[in-house]
Amino acid sequence: MSDMAVESTAPAELPRAKTDWLPLLLVPALGLLALPFVGSPSTWVTLTVAGLAMGMMIFLMASGLTLVFGLMDIINFGHGVFISLGAYATLLVLGPLAGWALEDSIGLNLALLGLCILVAMGVTALAGAVFERVIVRPVYGSHLKQILVTMGGLIVTEQLIHAIWGASPIPIPLPQSLRGAFVFGDIVMERYRVVAVVIGLTVFIGMQLLLNRTRIGLLIRAGVENPEMVEALGYRIRRLFVSVFIAGSALAGLGGVMWAFYRQTLTAGMGMEVMVLVFIVIIIGGLGSVGGCFVGSILVALVANYVGFIEPKLALISNILVMALVLIWRPQGLFPVARR
Amino acid sequence: MTEPLLQLSGVHTHIGPYHILHGVDFAVPAGELTMLLGRNGAGKTTTLRTIMGLWQASSGRIRFDGSDITAQSTPDIARAGIAYVPESMGIFTDLTVRENIVLAARSGPVDKNRLDWILGLFPALKRFWNLPAGNLSGGQKQMLAIARAIAEPRRLLLIDEPTKGLAPVMVRSMIEAFKALKASGETILLVEQNFYAASALGDNVVVMDDGRIVHAGAMSDLVADATLQQRLLGLSLDAHQ
Repeated sequence: MSDMAVESTAPAELPRAKTDWLPLLLVPALGLLALPFVGSPSTWVTLTVAGLAMGMMIFLMASGLTLVFGLMDIINFGHGVFISLGAYATLLVLGPLAGWALEDSIGLNLALLGLCILVAMGVTALAGAVFERVIVRPVYGSHLKQILVTMGGLIVTEQLIHAIWGASPIPIPLPQSLRGAFVFGDIVMERYRVVAVVIGLTVFIGMQLLLNRTRIGLLIRAGVENPEMVEALGYRIRRLFVSVFIAGSALAGLGGVMWAFYRQTLTAGMGMEVMVLVFIVIIIGGLGSVGGCFVGSILVALVANYVGFIEPKLALISNILVMALVLIWRPQGLFPVARR
Repeated sequence: MTEPLLQLSGVHTHIGPYHILHGVDFAVPAGELTMLLGRNGAGKTTTLRTIMGLWQASSGRIRFDGSDITAQSTPDIARAGIAYVPESMGIFTDLTVRENIVLAARSGPVDKNRLDWILGLFPALKRFWNLPAGNLSGGQKQMLAIARAIAEPRRLLLIDEPTKGLAPVMVRSMIEAFKALKASGETILLVEQNFYAASALGDNVVVMDDGRIVHAGAMSDLVADATLQQRLLGLSLDAHQ
């Protein structure tokens, strides 16, 4: 090999890697802004923890969709069905192990929740693989067709849920130890919400480690930006697409379990009902950005909680308002992903 | 006579309703640098993309190292040993310089000696090693794109207009880099608009016009023949120096 070196025209001063802190500051800024309107600090803490928990559940349901859109350029309106399927999959565990939910044992209760999550993720991963192969693959590259067929897939799968489990809402018990609240003076934090925050944070940290510290994560990030170049480097991006779709479906299933225990009622349409929120947070976050999805979820949930307390009549439109304001500020979302 | 490393025979490519390549025939000998020249819209980029399988040839045959790769997928063609640097460079701007190169080394960690050699060719990359590639200047991005293409030993490099839009000092730097690559025995098919750069580098030259090959031969012959330059490219080397 020749040792001949190319003359560098690099500037003397190294540019610093830019960290975009502004969107991250939105969350504490929002909290501080809400404090005087809420009035009582203890109520504010209660609302904030509740908002964080809600945000984590939305993040769990939305993170898969944002990756699928970012990497595959697929608009999957059927994503909600994986939330519903994940929720209903809890019945596969709660049926034989219903007794565990009634035991006053934190170990058994958490084991039950863990089993529900594992089974739900397995079921939704399998459903995701079938959905991708049968419904999504024939319409790669056509957004209009994607919207139509994934909506169709959602309707068909919802009807399948009705056929299997019936059309009536099904109540499910929250495990005994997860009921009630932790009380610190005037501050009340529902136990289940604290568990939701822990699970949401764990998944977020896991996804960040996967995306930033592993080769598969590098491939996903590169594929979001320029899938053609990833193929030109010799990687079979189709397999990556399928894997991400399956993982995204499994994450929706996990979100479905958390959402189901939060509502304590199963309905086939519960996934579809939450999809408006899911789309809002992935748009706010920047399509394809997991970090943006995380911040967007927390932002939307906190606003909903604060506004719901301060001025309940505005609660219904608060999310749309947040989205509009964010898009006026940053039309590509809080953390725009470099796109082809 | 030994078979060339790459051989295109009667390659036609359609993009949608448009017929872009009309029976392209040329060869790239191993260990040499072949320049692909032609005016804008002549079909040079389409030729490279067709070789890479990014656009499928509608007819004709592309043989690489004795194997027919015409209908192979892009990843299979890359795995066969062809690296591609597109005109847009294809840098992953959200990834750091290091991550861009790590990703290009598909078979595992980049060999240390090879990495030293690459960073010797492009020292600027070392200084920006852990910064997002989006922070690099145009010339530095081009360096990264080429560094990525050679992160692992390849049989053939396809490089599309590496000097486009670069400042003259960077063009000279790139020429030196290609001379170094040539000296190391790489086989390169290089699309170039800059005839000064092309004449300084090319062993062979292929000239395209309107999706067809209109000339193929030794670069030295083209450089020596001002009339041929004028006829094929509408220019003379003097004007570019």
